[in-house]
Amino acid sequence: MTRSLFDKVWDAHVVRAETRERPATLYIDLHLIHEVTTPQAFSLLKERGLKVHRPDLTLATIDHSTPTKINEDGTRPFVSEQAQKQVELLLANAEEHGIQAHGWDSPYRGIIHVMGPELGATQPGMTIVCGDSHTATHGAFGALAFGIGTTQVGHVLATQSLLMRKPKSMCVHVDGELADGVSAKDVILAIIAKIGVGGGTGHVIEYRGSCFENMNMSERMTVCNMSIEAGARAGMIAPDATTVAYFENKPMAPKHLSAAAEQWLSLASDPDCSYDKEVRLNAADIKPMVTYGTHPGMAMPIDGIIPDGDEKALAYMDMQAGAKIAGTKIDTVFIGSCTNSRIEDFRIAAHILKDQSVAKSVTAIFVPGSEQVKAEAEAEGLHEIFMAAGAQWREPGCSMCIGMNGDIGKPGDLIISTSNRNFEGRQGPGVRTVLASPATAAACAIAGVITDARVTPRGLS
Amino acid sequence: MSFAPFKTLTSKTLVLGAENIDTDQIIPARFLTTTNRKGLGKLAFNDWRYGDDNSETDHILNTSAAKQCQILVAGHNFGCGSSREHAPWALMDYGFRAVISSEIADIFHANALKNGFLPIVIEAAAHQWLLDHPGEEIVIDLEACEVRLPKNGGTYSFKVDPFSRHCLLQGQDEMDYLLEQDEVITEYEARNV
Ligand code: SF4
Repeated sequence: MTRSLFDKVWDAHVVRAETRERPATLYIDLHLIHEVTTPQAFSLLKERGLKVHRPDLTLATIDHSTPTKINEDGTRPFVSEQAQKQVELLLANAEEHGIQAHGWDSPYRGIIHVMGPELGATQPGMTIVCGDSHTATHGAFGALAFGIGTTQVGHVLATQSLLMRKPKSMCVHVDGELADGVSAKDVILAIIAKIGVGGGTGHVIEYRGSCFENMNMSERMTVCNMSIEAGARAGMIAPDATTVAYFENKPMAPKHLSAAAEQWLSLASDPDCSYDKEVRLNAADIKPMVTYGTHPGMAMPIDGIIPDGDEKALAYMDMQAGAKIAGTKIDTVFIGSCTNSRIEDFRIAAHILKDQSVAKSVTAIFVPGSEQVKAEAEAEGLHEIFMAAGAQWREPGCSMCIGMNGDIGKPGDLIISTSNRNFEGRQGPGVRTVLASPATAAACAIAGVITDARVTPRGLS
Repeated sequence: MSFAPFKTLTSKTLVLGAENIDTDQIIPARFLTTTNRKGLGKLAFNDWRYGDDNSETDHILNTSAAKQCQILVAGHNFGCGSSREHAPWALMDYGFRAVISSEIADIFHANALKNGFLPIVIEAAAHQWLLDHPGEEIVIDLEACEVRLPKNGGTYSFKVDPFSRHCLLQGQDEMDYLLEQDEVITEYEARNV
């Protein structure tokens, strides 16, 4: 029988097979944890007198509730005592259970989905879970990676296993070359706009075709990251030479990379395997995309006309059906989040912002995804380009993507954000979010209005 | 964590008909710094229920009638967005024991079941009836896997995973079930890890 990438990874991790009466027991190779979705799971363990079964397969960091500024005296301005307590509790729980944690003094601390790959902890063929729906990011490496709830975090801590029925499979084919100025973010927004926010519900997506083969790992992560925004539990891309090359010099990469690589490359879907659902897009048709509504499926080409339909969403966004979206006044630009806060994203932003200035009416906040990204960007002098342009360069974390640390907008503000969710209130009560690529975000910062980066001096290369 | 068994539930419904109600609406992220799971009911749908000065709006969720409803009827694709289990915790603490929609997002669905909160995906005709008849008393019968509507609305069956159904009917905890598999898990580790 032919098998897909997803089938192969799933099959290799079944501890006990699924039957009509019971779900499968699935073994988990890597459990990523952060401060928000674990406190209640650790309490449960304590209440029941249980230990962490495999602390060596668990990896922790602090990212959501962490301030992105440092006070002059070196302390960190937490948004609340509760936020500080949550961060401290994660570090204390990790220490108590012998879990490797990347806290304040680690050069690897960062958004969990940025940090895992940078450490080389995320590897092809693994099963990876985290109490976080954007765990799908790690699927870029050909891992089966998905978000779980806190009860399940407790299950994995206690048993390194999970009860689960096998999801259905879906293949999204995108073939061809992307036009100049079109990025991975635009590709995934176009996919979500096509299949809808519930289009992937119950499915694991495999992204196939030359469009993804041509992408670097950072771009593949951007794509897989937003699988959940189409309702899919996970998104995967088959490992290839680009994947293998990524592991050079990663601290947790396999010792014998070439031996591991041979096994990784065998994970690719068999040529004629089948999927429960298939969708096709043509890369050449994809344009730079922005969202205009209150969920990520409400995305449109940046040079297009705002569609009608969802009046409530348009009213919240204060957008008019039939009008052009380009030219809409903006208040803030946020470049960051596990979708677009890697070095490649900041290189693009720096390319567009070099020798330019952020519009006077705009606050631009750039938040690297990790200490590694921050260090690399600073070594390349990107932060100087940003600061010279008038943007803020902050400490790593989730920041404005979710606003848990207090980095939020004011009611009514319009934020161009490279993050993944434009739900009502996601970036603060009453805040309007427009999702976009780093190139679009940088171009908007200069113009002060929604702008197609391709018409700016450096938007096309 | 174990919970009270769920067998049948008879209650009036509360209807929130909007499509794609996401977990940021159910409980906004700024309340997720909590380190326990209690007391989230007053924060459920916070930004719909309270104004800028934190006073109650006239949203239906603030009426005393709403607080008697244990069944939430919601628009298509309920619970999309994040994996926060705070969402079912908040709904349960508010007083709901079940949600009915024509589609429910995966992670929310899984999280709900693990807390003894029943997510029901029902066919379009029944969903439409429920949207059109807010506040009617209906019966959810988990043993028969049926939703019974009054006033000739009819009886509709729904699907629920047999294992989850068993756990709900018994109030059984999945953790115990997993811990009992200790031996097969260790065997798997010996072979693979
Ligand atoms: S950056 Fe945003 S989406 Fe990513 S893990 Fe943090 S809060 Fe979640």
